[in-house]
Amino acid sequence: MSSVEKKQLIYEKSAPGRRGYSLPDTERTADAILGDIPEKFRRTDDARLPEVTEGQVMRHFVGLSVKNHHIDKDFYPLGSCTMKYNPKVNDVAANLPGFRALHPLAPDDSVQGVLQIMFELKTYLKEVSGFEAMSLQPVAGAHGEFAGLLIMQAYHRKMGELNRTRIIIPNSAHGTNPASVAALGWSTVQIECNEEGVITPEAVEAVMDDTVAGMMTTNPNTLGLFEKHCKEIADIVHKGGGLMYMDGANLNANMGIFRPADIGFDIMHFNLHKTFSTPHGGGGPGAGAVGVTAELEKFLPAPVLKKNDQDEFFFDYDRPDSIGRLHSFYGNVGNMIRAFAYIKSLGGEGLRAVSENAVLNANYLKELIREDYDLPYEAHCMHEFVISGSRQKKLGVKTLDISKRLLDFGMHSPTNYFPLIVPEAMMIEPTETESRETLERFAAIMKQIAAECESDPELVKSAPHDTPVRRLDEVGAARTLDIQYTD
Amino acid sequence: MHYIPNTDDDRRRMLEKIGVGSFEDVISEIPDALRLQRPLEIPKLSEPELLAEIEEFARRDRESTLCFAGGGVYDHFIPAALGTIVSRPEFMTAYTPYQAEVAQGTLQVIYEFQTHVCRLTGMDVANASMYDGATSAAEAMLIASSVTKRDKIVVSETVNPLYRQVIDTYLRARGVEIVTVPHADGLTDLNKLEDAIDEATACVLVAQPNFFGLLEEIEPVERMIHKVGGKLVMSIDPIAQAILKTPGEWGADIVVGEGQPLGVSLSYGGPLLGLFAAKKDLVRNMPGRIAARTKDVDGKPGFVLTLQTREQHIRREKATSNICTNQALCATAAAVYCSLLGREGIKQVALLSAEHAHDTANALAAIDGFELLSKAPFVREFPVKCSRPAGEIIAAMADHGILPGVDAGRWYPGLENVLLVALTEKRTPAQMTRLVDGLKELSASGVLSHLS
Repeated sequence: MSSVEKKQLIYEKSAPGRRGYSLPDTERTADAILGDIPEKFRRTDDARLPEVTEGQVMRHFVGLSVKNHHIDKDFYPLGSCTMKYNPKVNDVAANLPGFRALHPLAPDDSVQGVLQIMFELKTYLKEVSGFEAMSLQPVAGAHGEFAGLLIMQAYHRKMGELNRTRIIIPNSAHGTNPASVAALGWSTVQIECNEEGVITPEAVEAVMDDTVAGMMTTNPNTLGLFEKHCKEIADIVHKGGGLMYMDGANLNANMGIFRPADIGFDIMHFNLHKTFSTPHGGGGPGAGAVGVTAELEKFLPAPVLKKNDQDEFFFDYDRPDSIGRLHSFYGNVGNMIRAFAYIKSLGGEGLRAVSENAVLNANYLKELIREDYDLPYEAHCMHEFVISGSRQKKLGVKTLDISKRLLDFGMHSPTNYFPLIVPEAMMIEPTETESRETLERFAAIMKQIAAECESDPELVKSAPHDTPVRRLDEVGAARTLDIQYTD
Repeated sequence: MHYIPNTDDDRRRMLEKIGVGSFEDVISEIPDALRLQRPLEIPKLSEPELLAEIEEFARRDRESTLCFAGGGVYDHFIPAALGTIVSRPEFMTAYTPYQAEVAQGTLQVIYEFQTHVCRLTGMDVANASMYDGATSAAEAMLIASSVTKRDKIVVSETVNPLYRQVIDTYLRARGVEIVTVPHADGLTDLNKLEDAIDEATACVLVAQPNFFGLLEEIEPVERMIHKVGGKLVMSIDPIAQAILKTPGEWGADIVVGEGQPLGVSLSYGGPLLGLFAAKKDLVRNMPGRIAARTKDVDGKPGFVLTLQTREQHIRREKATSNICTNQALCATAAAVYCSLLGREGIKQVALLSAEHAHDTANALAAIDGFELLSKAPFVREFPVKCSRPAGEIIAAMADHGILPGVDAGRWYPGLENVLLVALTEKRTPAQMTRLVDGLKELSASGVLSHLS
């Protein structure tokens, strides 16, 4: 490495007098303008933001950007994250000035175009899921979960059943599920799946009582398996007075094949940033629309977008039974426009093809990898599957090491150590936008790593070797807590 | 099929490897009775058809409307370089930085973003973002309640009413009592605030500037709440913060705010950017992701997500929040904005906005039928009392292609005639003249005649 160290932080590139902007001058002096604001309200020192030129900013951020793995670069098989290709026409649509420039408090009659897109998107989401009512307000999956659980709470409060404050959750559930339950001050009742990896009616029956508000689950579950007893389970929960919540994170498996509302669910959130291809942005913005049955419509977040007799779109604020507002305005509209464009570019038939090919790709990849790693569940999977690194663990190589080694080959690793019920789990979701050749290349790399675990375990344990940085000191990071730059 | 590389030949070879004859065999676990027995009824469009349709929708919106509306989000200028950076696929199509070695770009951006937020607010620690200002405020209330083990919060009525609605949704579910302290002429009624605060109060939430754009007396609020051991939570506007005393200086424990003015377009109110910062002692109670600087095994500096034991994917029901996906790309935009504008530029934006606001306020106050609601100081937004309901004025000005402000009466009974007018550096003198002339015309036309 060169001995000339490049300055790393934008603050380290700063020098007084550099400018990265061009703005008009004020008419009056700064002191004269500030004279309108009494001194006691003013800050004494400037906010010491960096002082750099536009060119420096470009180099800084372009330099940072290329240190990222991203879906436009290569394979990203994070299980339950649905890292599919994000079509660019969606971005063009969302960036049209007719959408970007709109103030959210502009009168409804001046924003009919964007409202029509939102309204039609709701219609398509209803068709995909089978639910009869929809809110686009939640802006992330966990936000949608919170909305759905609030709807459940409002329903039980309306029924006078205030004692229902527990939610049945399988041990394979996403971490957000129990965290969302806790956000209501409610508690969870954990149940276990059987040796086939699915929940049984007996397990649900055993815990169902009048303190249970409902059940929260995904289908297919996080093992990638179809919950084949879902209808009987829904019947048990409904008979016991509870509601069924579906975590829609895995919807990419289902489109045109089965609909959550048809198999017994009452509430579901979508992840528009998974199933409907809106880009993840390094961790958001997402969009977490919530669908419900007709019976629960009155509880949806307010306001509710509607269409009147003259085909005009408007927000209805008169919602006495609503759970209330969850966002400053109407949700992540930019993501809604992208999802609308995606859905329409595929159509109903195309969405079915998305799910079919997502399932096909997962099963094919599973077949290619299964010889070299342990496969805890035999059944055909849906859009994702879980393998275990237990065999490699016996050689002293952890799943974390295998994940890190994958990075050396320019691939992202699968979701690690999840679901919690599989030791040394690797959860793999290829999505439908990957080619057969990419799947085969990934499988070949996984095979090579499995061989390295036997022949040269240190190589894997010390990985990654070819990334912008190597393994980082997380323990030290949490101890020293350098979380803002100080000069 | 669009976006799907598998050909018929691929599919045949893949099914063969799986050891089945058809796709139906792969999904045979799904009982027929549960299947959808018909195709999904959603029309399909080619790319040019799709764009033509969406462009038509966009044309129906009055995007050329001259915007003097604020209410928490503002029409600021966004430098060209920002769009180029933020639309890079490397930032746009990456996931949450779970594998730090191949996510150093996103992680360093978060670290720098946290630093910018700390410097604007004068706080010790900031997170990687929340959904928006409203959900930041709601999460702050939950945290204040949990660290003080008290189940009552006090909120000023001058806090953004949309934030207060979200707070209500979040806290009602948990059974936390919310006491709302009324305003007097657009400022928090400090006597009533003092009455509302007691030993059971977890926190007070005040906004600076408040929803009307006016500057509040924070010092007595700080004294009142800290005397009973509660937390001071402040909601801020990051642009006004370039010239206003920092929450850190006021003694705030938690700071929340809407980060949209920092380089995020209005986009009909979403995506937005929730800012969240706090004093050091609350870092382990903070919601959301936090990036930290550390070293790799070779001693090379790098960045990781830290204190993840607060988070849902580790702690599940014991997490400090259920937040997972946040607003990372908007935080990236804000980080770029703060880098481009810098120390002097952000002040220039604030000063231009303030100058435009004060000039416009003076011009409006000189028109018959309009007067300023309050003599209190403001930065870039101010309430104007009109002789007719603000809603009527907004409707009348639509014909001039102007959105003159926000109708305060939507949330404040008794203030139906109050229009909140917001200015940014982006408004030109000619545009401000258009607003003033438009309202003058309205005043002269007699539409406002039966007033005062």
